[in-house]
Amino acid sequence: MVTKVQDVAGDRNYKFGWNDPEFKAVNKPQKGLSEKVVAGISDMKGEPAWMRDFRLKAYGHWLERPMPTGFWGGNIQNYSLDFNDIYYYVKPVAEQGKTWDDIPEEIKRTFDKLGIPEAERKFLSGVEAQYDSEVVYHNIREDLEKLGVIFTDMDSALRDYPDLVREYFGKIIPPNDNKFASLNSAVWSGGSFIYVPKGVKVPMPLQAYFRINTESMGQFERTMIIADEGSDIHYVEGCTAPTYSSDSLHSAVVEIIVKKGAHVRYTTIQNWSDNVFNLVTKRMAVYGEAVGEWIDGNLGSKLTMKYPSTYLLEPGAHGEILSLAMAGPGQHQDAGGKCIHAAPYTTSVINSKSVSKGGGRTSYRGQIKVYPGAKGVKSTVRCDALLLDEESRADTYPLMEIDEQDVTIGHEASVSKLGEEQLFYLMSRGMTEAESAKMIVNGFVEPIVKELPMEYAVELNRLIELQMEGSVG
Amino acid sequence: MTDGTGTQPIFVVEDLHVSVEDKPILKGVDLVVNQGEVHALMGPNGSGKSTLANAIMGHPRYKVTQGRILLRGQDVRKLTPDQRARDGLFLAFQYPISIPGVVMGNFLRSAMKARRGEDLPVREFRKLLDETLDLLKIDPEFVRRYVNDGFSGGEKKRAEVLQMALLKPDLAILDETDSGLDIDALKTVAEGINALRGPELSVLLITHYQRILNYVKPDIVHVLYDGRIVKTGGPELAGELEKQGYDWIIKEFAPEAVGALAASGAGGEA
Ligand SMILES: Nc1ncnc2c1ncn2[C@@H]1O[C@H](COP(=O)(O)OP(=O)(O)O)[C@@H](O)[C@H]1O
Ligand SMILES: [Mg+2]
Repeated sequence: MVTKVQDVAGDRNYKFGWNDPEFKAVNKPQKGLSEKVVAGISDMKGEPAWMRDFRLKAYGHWLERPMPTGFWGGNIQNYSLDFNDIYYYVKPVAEQGKTWDDIPEEIKRTFDKLGIPEAERKFLSGVEAQYDSEVVYHNIREDLEKLGVIFTDMDSALRDYPDLVREYFGKIIPPNDNKFASLNSAVWSGGSFIYVPKGVKVPMPLQAYFRINTESMGQFERTMIIADEGSDIHYVEGCTAPTYSSDSLHSAVVEIIVKKGAHVRYTTIQNWSDNVFNLVTKRMAVYGEAVGEWIDGNLGSKLTMKYPSTYLLEPGAHGEILSLAMAGPGQHQDAGGKCIHAAPYTTSVINSKSVSKGGGRTSYRGQIKVYPGAKGVKSTVRCDALLLDEESRADTYPLMEIDEQDVTIGHEASVSKLGEEQLFYLMSRGMTEAESAKMIVNGFVEPIVKELPMEYAVELNRLIELQMEGSVG
Repeated sequence: MTDGTGTQPIFVVEDLHVSVEDKPILKGVDLVVNQGEVHALMGPNGSGKSTLANAIMGHPRYKVTQGRILLRGQDVRKLTPDQRARDGLFLAFQYPISIPGVVMGNFLRSAMKARRGEDLPVREFRKLLDETLDLLKIDPEFVRRYVNDGFSGGEKKRAEVLQMALLKPDLAILDETDSGLDIDALKTVAEGINALRGPELSVLLITHYQRILNYVKPDIVHVLYDGRIVKTGGPELAGELEKQGYDWIIKEFAPEAVGALAASGAGGEA
């Protein structure tokens, strides 16, 4: 039985911390960021001029903007994150792999550890896996293509569907939105691009795995989903990362458009190693009678700042955010969500669950905004935090800006300690203290886990168990 | 320790003193349960019945300050609650706590695995579960619900008896498993207990009222008052309590307390 918190971290690193030493990234540029580096990324990719300009403008915003210090953010200025000590672009293979046979052995081994081939055999409709900054494996089942669904990486999309990309790129999250959106806009690489045509319902979740595997490299993927009118898509993304000695930066941008009557669900499970800064901007624009859902699970990382937001732009739009955070020793999960009601009769639900242990810290940070004239808006926010010991911490920072009278807004928050009576009850049935605590924590997060595809639910429960081991007794 | 016939009692409590938050609640309780016996432990509210149950099971807030608790001759005081459970003690709680998100079926399976030391094959588990649900007239849907979450009073009590039936303890303490049940539910629970009692299962049946004792015949009846067992007798003692309430015993034991007790309305069920 592992008993110390340090042992748990050690164990987790052992199980999820791998790294192929022989593997050599090609075209590995210098650390640090400059106009030259930004232009170089664009030139190396052979991008159209408008994207090159977009990147350079964004780089200008990045230089101008201060670090976030206001309401949004987990005090990143208190950390010693050196932006000059980071690789902004790493290209692991010269060409994008078309079939499994084209994939280099080292990368396959990493995918093996992630369980991708098996997962694919079982249920994948299309796999897109990001290894370092470039998509190396990409496969779409033929019938999806026949339906007109585009599922590719962002770089290929820019090449193959330039008009579609240009129409939406940076429109939901402008490059000057916040400092980290500027950074991503300047140096982005990879990410998923999905287009679902009118009325097409994708019958199974589309999945992508992301992975950081070069010390001190940033990962700046850019994901975009366009769900045309009446379409339906569930996109799932999971991340695990190995542990390195120096800090890593992950700063993604996700833009989603949910047109009239469409339904998009975006599920992320992230398990970054304890030294990763995870600073992500995610936003969805939801139109009339459409439904946009974020399911966001955050484990690991040193600091996560992530508040998926949903802009409800036309009557009848519905947004839902399920957020799950687990913080261990030395970790701060600053997560939550935003629902912006810009039209009448729009509805939203935010449900957040967090678990802190071993001195870990979780913060729920959320916003409900209702514009004047947005009558009949309904919104409920519920956040529950569970503390596993005395050293851990949980806070709630709900922001309510309601500029309309005719609305129904509910907010409930609870912070509870791992219950002595619940532990005693389970232990009185013969289960050890550690088993009992695991069971209670798994029960606590169950409302969110049950929304995940089965394989992810299993993986998440396993990750939670690894984090829980040795937390009591 | 022996009962004189050469066989060892299954469960013994010796001069047990228990404090909660430094307040002495039990002040020297003695109890000898022989294999297969059903003991009823009666007493007015606040006399310390649940304290005894929790202390036996090893609740961390109930501190044993003196005395011993022996299961099959082994002192369990140093054991954690889960070790006690695996060794064969069981407590059906007076107020079972809910554990949202934990599915009853998974919970039962994990508990059985812990108690037996090995996993039961799924089909065997299913079969045993179905039979027991049937015995206790519990809707099979029940196993998909979360542990005690949103259960009615009666459902909670039945769920406790269900767990007892599946875990097959050597000694089960049933803490007011009868209270809050309507007559049909009470009969079902009593039938369940009767079906399980025997050489394999000895019972300490804690009850405030004697009603359940019409259905589950005890071998021995004890009356607990103010942290001590003040009277022990045969099943007829329960009958006397029903007719006369607790007053007459307390009068013997602590005459000054009778008025207060009568005023509080405690006593035999009307
Ligand atoms: N967890 C507890 N915290 C504080 N006092 C308690 C606790 N449990 C029991 N007591 C006290 O111990 C005494 C006996 O209570 P209890 O054992 O519940 O009696 P009974 O089950 O016979 O009604 C009461 O005075 C009660 O207030
Ligand atoms: Mg009681």
